[in-house]
Amino acid sequence: MTVLDLEQLSVREINYALHHRDSMESVTLVNPGGAHNLAVGLDWPGEVEIRGHAGYFVGGMNKQATITVHGSVASSVAENMMSGLVRVRGNASQCAGASMHGGLLVVEGDAAARCGISLKGGDVVVGGRVGHASGFMAQAGRIVVCGDAGASLGDSLYEAVIYVGGGIKSLGADAQEEEMTEADVVVVRALLAKAGLAEDPARFRRVASARTLYHWNADAQQEY
Amino acid sequence: MAIRREENSLYGPDVLAYIQRAAEHGVYDIRGLGAKRRVPHFDDLVFLTASMSRYPLEGYRERCTTKTVLGTRHAKKPIELAIPITVAGMSFGALSARSKEAIGRAATAVGTSTTTGDGGMTPEERESSKTLVYQCLPSRYGFNPDDLRKADAIEVVVGQGAKPGGGGMLLGQKITERVAAMRTLPAGIDQRSACRHPDWTGPDDLAIKIVELREITDWQVPIYVKIGASRVFNDVKLAVKSGADVVVVDGMQGGTAATQQVFIEHAGIPTLPAVRQAVEALEEMGVYGEVQLVVSGGIRTGADVAKALALGADAVSIGQGVLMALGCNAPRPLDGGTHEDVSADYAKLGTEPGYCHHCQSGRCPVGVTTQDPSLELRLEPTEGARALRNYLNVLTMELTTLARACGKSNVHHLEREDLVALTVEAAAMAGVPLAGTSWIPGRRSSEPGGW
Repeated sequence: MTVLDLEQLSVREINYALHHRDSMESVTLVNPGGAHNLAVGLDWPGEVEIRGHAGYFVGGMNKQATITVHGSVASSVAENMMSGLVRVRGNASQCAGASMHGGLLVVEGDAAARCGISLKGGDVVVGGRVGHASGFMAQAGRIVVCGDAGASLGDSLYEAVIYVGGGIKSLGADAQEEEMTEADVVVVRALLAKAGLAEDPARFRRVASARTLYHWNADAQQEY
Repeated sequence: MAIRREENSLYGPDVLAYIQRAAEHGVYDIRGLGAKRRVPHFDDLVFLTASMSRYPLEGYRERCTTKTVLGTRHAKKPIELAIPITVAGMSFGALSARSKEAIGRAATAVGTSTTTGDGGMTPEERESSKTLVYQCLPSRYGFNPDDLRKADAIEVVVGQGAKPGGGGMLLGQKITERVAAMRTLPAGIDQRSACRHPDWTGPDDLAIKIVELREITDWQVPIYVKIGASRVFNDVKLAVKSGADVVVVDGMQGGTAATQQVFIEHAGIPTLPAVRQAVEALEEMGVYGEVQLVVSGGIRTGADVAKALALGADAVSIGQGVLMALGCNAPRPLDGGTHEDVSADYAKLGTEPGYCHHCQSGRCPVGVTTQDPSLELRLEPTEGARALRNYLNVLTMELTTLARACGKSNVHHLEREDLVALTVEAAAMAGVPLAGTSWIPGRRSSEPGGW
């Protein structure tokens, strides 16, 4: 295992080392100190452990790698992730998993506003609550929220599906609660298992698009 | 009794038709291209070419350098272009893959860059373009790290001159299976291009976002920030503060594939004052020359290019003019002679050559802004590339002709002092004197250029 110390190396040096690794199958970053842009742009099936809190965009545009943050993260963790796994042991700030295309993001604590915004694939699983406008304009993929969801959940949803275990403060424009089918329960059970969260999938509710905003002239009604 | 026709300046035929259309259909207009109404523009400026007090260079003979370098601030590999005329971002989706290929081939032939657009990078575009700028847009359609690392520069699009503050629309009729797959959305539905980025919410965040893009690309390539011209002075300063290598300012005459007409005609400021404000912002921050400025929005001719450079731009970017070189609004498509006249297809759109702005329809009669398999064959990439290459060469020749006449052996030596304005409005907006006077409206008499 390789240990890289943020007190000894700059973010640029660390990312460069991760991009141009030789045989490091497992890397531990220590003393992250909330630094931004840690472990971004990886394209390598190894493991990165971050021992502490991380700043914005940690794990951004990840491909293949498994990144674990043993702390909390600032905005936009795992933004535009293509594949792999990013796990946050603590809480995440806003825009967690923004515009992800694939892979799995697990936030074991809470995630703030706009979690899963513009999601284009992959899965986001949040052990706690999510803030307002989560799932905004989400196009594909799945978001599982074990706790409560804030206001305007799933606003302007496309084809992504949101599963909520707790309460929903309000639904956003064009989002609707739908019947939770057995297939949905299977999906949630599998995602919870992948995330390592012991929750009962049967208590989740399904939120998806009503598809009334799929054509622009819908806004002529001005009713949403 | 004789019929009296008293013109109503407030409710003319266009306004009447607009109201009647709104009343009948209950929806507003969405269309393509840019603002059609007259606003102060580069036509309102002229050059004070050399005579007794200046020494000109010989016509088309003496050397006049056009080399342009963009992105010198932070990138390890700045963009080196043969000319200061670049091709603006236009999406695959709005344009056909054949159009993108033709653009790439022409840009490569003349030594300049082309730019992707909403919807991602196509292999045709990457292969045909020697220098390709990859846009990072609010929608992030098709955005991925593999293409990011293939790019020669990255352009973070904050806004667009045709619709600053507004998102875009790609109507369902243009969403083929291929376009839909690139954008991760169902085919056939209208696709909203978001007006805000999903992962950052202000200039402080953008500064971190830009570093993320640099980290992913190992600080190799320049990062541009493109803004639609509205509060240009402050926006340019914030873009610089955010770490941009290059700022792209798109004036209100800039085009779009499709947006609400109310945006196109009523939002943002013209390109002319936008250039001046952008230059003033760079100068005030002490980064003029260090952060390059690219200007777009209604650049059509070599004279427009020369005037933009004289006002302080390092390069220009062209969208609509490029489409027109590829056949937009021409009666005959560039299809190798298969069609002599497609005016009937314009008529089906309710228009005729010279007046068309129906890019949003997907029924482009000349095959430029379409995804229709039969229509897109109306643009033959080789012929399109030849036409566009010619157009870009003409712009360059006109640019150097004017520069030589101003006594410049390098087009980047054109300066504001070489220009005067023909109207009070243009003088005020461009910050150059009204012709025949030393008066720059809006300047105090004690200021430089003041009267």
